[in-house]
Amino acid sequence: MSALQSYRLRIRRRHRLVRAIRKRRELRSMADRTAQIKPSDLLAFSTLRNEHIRLPYFLDYYRNKGINHFLMVDNDSDDGSLEYLMEQPDVSVWHTRKSYKKSKFGVDWLNWLQFRYGHNHWCLVVDPDEFFIYPFCDTRPIRALTDWLDASSIKSFSAMLLDMYPRGPITEQPYQAGQDPMEIACWFDAGNYTMTKNPQYGNLWIQGGPRSRVFFPNEPELAPALNKIPLVKWNRRYCYASSTHMLLPRGLNQVYDEWGGEKASGLLLHAKFLDTFTAKAEEELVRNQHYSASVEYTAYAERLRDAPELWCKWSEKYINWRQLEILGLMSKGNWA
Amino acid sequence: MSVGILMLVHTAFDRAEQVARHWTKYGCPVVIHVDASVKPKAHKKFVKALEDVPDVRFCKRHKCEWGDWGLVAASQSAGETMLAEFPEVRHIYLSSGSCLPLRPVQELKDYLAARPRTDFIESATTADVPWTVGGLDAERFTLHFPFSWKKHRFLFDKWVDIQRFLRVKRKIPNGVVPHMGSQWWCLTRQTLSAILQDPDRDTFDRYFKRVWIPDESYFQTLARLYSSNIESRSLTLSKFDFQGKPHIFYDDHLQLLRRSDCFVARKIWPRASKLYNGFLRSPEGAIKMSEPNPAKIDRIFAKAVERRTKGRTGLYMQSRYPNEGWENGMTFGRYSIFQGFAQLFEDFEPWLARATGTRVHGHLFAPEGAEFEGRQKVINGALSDDPKSRDYNSIAFLTNLVWNTRGERQCFQVGPRDEGAPVWFFAKDPNAQVSVISGAWAIPLFKSNLDFADIRKEAARLQKLENDQLYALRSPYAKARVRIWTLAEFIEAPMEPLQTIIDEIGPEKARRLAEAPTMTDLTGFGQFLQNLKNQGMHPYLMGDFPVSQGEADQKKPPRKPYLVQ
Repeated sequence: MSALQSYRLRIRRRHRLVRAIRKRRELRSMADRTAQIKPSDLLAFSTLRNEHIRLPYFLDYYRNKGINHFLMVDNDSDDGSLEYLMEQPDVSVWHTRKSYKKSKFGVDWLNWLQFRYGHNHWCLVVDPDEFFIYPFCDTRPIRALTDWLDASSIKSFSAMLLDMYPRGPITEQPYQAGQDPMEIACWFDAGNYTMTKNPQYGNLWIQGGPRSRVFFPNEPELAPALNKIPLVKWNRRYCYASSTHMLLPRGLNQVYDEWGGEKASGLLLHAKFLDTFTAKAEEELVRNQHYSASVEYTAYAERLRDAPELWCKWSEKYINWRQLEILGLMSKGNWA
Repeated sequence: MSVGILMLVHTAFDRAEQVARHWTKYGCPVVIHVDASVKPKAHKKFVKALEDVPDVRFCKRHKCEWGDWGLVAASQSAGETMLAEFPEVRHIYLSSGSCLPLRPVQELKDYLAARPRTDFIESATTADVPWTVGGLDAERFTLHFPFSWKKHRFLFDKWVDIQRFLRVKRKIPNGVVPHMGSQWWCLTRQTLSAILQDPDRDTFDRYFKRVWIPDESYFQTLARLYSSNIESRSLTLSKFDFQGKPHIFYDDHLQLLRRSDCFVARKIWPRASKLYNGFLRSPEGAIKMSEPNPAKIDRIFAKAVERRTKGRTGLYMQSRYPNEGWENGMTFGRYSIFQGFAQLFEDFEPWLARATGTRVHGHLFAPEGAEFEGRQKVINGALSDDPKSRDYNSIAFLTNLVWNTRGERQCFQVGPRDEGAPVWFFAKDPNAQVSVISGAWAIPLFKSNLDFADIRKEAARLQKLENDQLYALRSPYAKARVRIWTLAEFIEAPMEPLQTIIDEIGPEKARRLAEAPTMTDLTGFGQFLQNLKNQGMHPYLMGDFPVSQGEADQKKPPRKPYLVQ
């Protein structure tokens, strides 16, 4: 990488940070419990809109895994999400009515919060429908992982999005608040992912899975990116460049081994396809606040009208992380 | 009182306290060294917490950093305190704050009492062990290392380069043969006091202060001078990964550690409460006299290192994306590719499946879509037959297919029509077995009902495409098992090549083919080729085909499938 290129990326990173700092004005603090944050705490950051039904399980899941504090941005929910979050003892929540799209799909907001509160903390950035799975997650808390990453001088940890879906039409089994979404959406695609290297940022660009298979068979290049780096030992000089798909400085994107070995990695189980999805897709289509003119939601809305089935004969049923490890979707690396 | 414990502590004081209490409870005095860089407040709190324990002493503090002299100085000070304060101690065991005794203390005492003159210290000459990380083995004793490897990596490396250039060679003190090994030892009072009270200690200390990683060589070397009976192994179970940092034990290792029969394990995650609670209990059951047996743990950690350095063959995923040439196997396992066979034989696919017991697909890279076995729409791993998704990344399609069907050999057809096929990829892949009948693409054209002008055009196109594919398969980069026959050559004696291919695939060796695939009727094919030639399109890939077959041949009824006995 030439000096000029790395200088350009540096400028871009600075620009992002300045942008994030400016965007702080869009956030109004509704419950600020950040004074509780202790120096070694694990923090989770999230943006959401109308996800009330998912929040109880989401918070419980991550509390059990050892997250100490949640910092959340509510993008103008009208289903009581905000009120619910304000009541939680370990949640700090900000509210905004501003455009999700204009804040680079929430990235600016979270970059600001991470800049302000995430410095020197391990930060996990997840949406309310993403559930972080990592090696030994059934017996070891996230802190065991971050301690090990610290000891190994690793600053960022990869977790690809794994789209989960139910068997049968997605509207068939209604989701109840507090329920484990994986009870309904417990199927996934095991081996149809493609990846290429992004030469500029050094990250892998991963596509595939059921969304590519069902919604984008004719334009596979439009299928959403699945690579994510949600867990980072944050420094206020860092920023996410595009959702949690890639970071700056680019060295943080080097979460894969290029010499034949396997680095440790996890997965984000993506429980997007519950019965709540159809309504959401229609709504998001009208709002037009998503990536690339909401091409993803256009495709969903078109297909969803004929009630498609994501499940196929070769879908795999989720059991535990060891299964995902054996299938080659994640790796223990040299953590044992 | 036969065993004294030296404990080097720099963090997780509550756990260190717990372990120190455990040792003293069962009659082992403990001397604790607290890293000098620990904040006074934390230090005070720790000392205070252990105030009520009579057999705990704190020694002079030194600043400890990985690979630094400080660790040796700390062990020396702690050792001196131990020798002076507890005259009845016979063995001195060096441990750290994150070590955990796995067996009842009495068992360790009995074990050592039975071996009163044995020093347990791993100690090997540098020439004989491949442990060193970073490429410095003999040089760690002959160069100067004033800079920290952790904090000043650049200076460290440069300084090594400069010394190499200047051919610096330090003089090793007389009588010393550098040895190295695990820093966690258990020495007898005799050996340790001899080392610490040696009149030449200043000379040795000065020398080892500038050696790289003295804590793995100081005692290991000097013990060789004084000990009468060295058992070169550490009683502490401590595993290192490929970067030389210790593996950490967690709650889920409990059973594994129990079964290892090791006395002490390092290093334990401070929050592994199950381990601390499980092992720091009063002993139950009979005292064992078994030897430590870390083999099972060794295997697990050796596997982890292998996974990190070599990875799983043929896997491409979010945290394994090897550069070209570093794949350690481009695909998971062997697979077979056939070009031209499905055109020449009418029932090739089912026949092949019967003959080999493998999974036989059609043209996986056909422009209309992947022809999976049984023409399924989706196959293992939810891999779709959709042509656009497939061609979006055809290499990933192939590697995914082979990975998804691990343990079952895949066979598929390619041909010049399959322009999206990653020919260069499988040509370079040693796992691929590629068998080609060149020119067989002309047979479907010959049988087709197209206008001759169209046939001629298509033939020219396919010939060019196949020629390009053959170029890849014949290139010096090709590592696949490639066999190429011209059509004319092949139909001369079809069974022999088939037998060779099947033998190479087949699980059952040396089985003769009982049944041949049905060859399509080629009567008039020579004339067809001649017609193409007459039109100015020169078909050359099928070899020399006779224009017209002999009179007798032409009268014969169509050939029937035949059996080979």
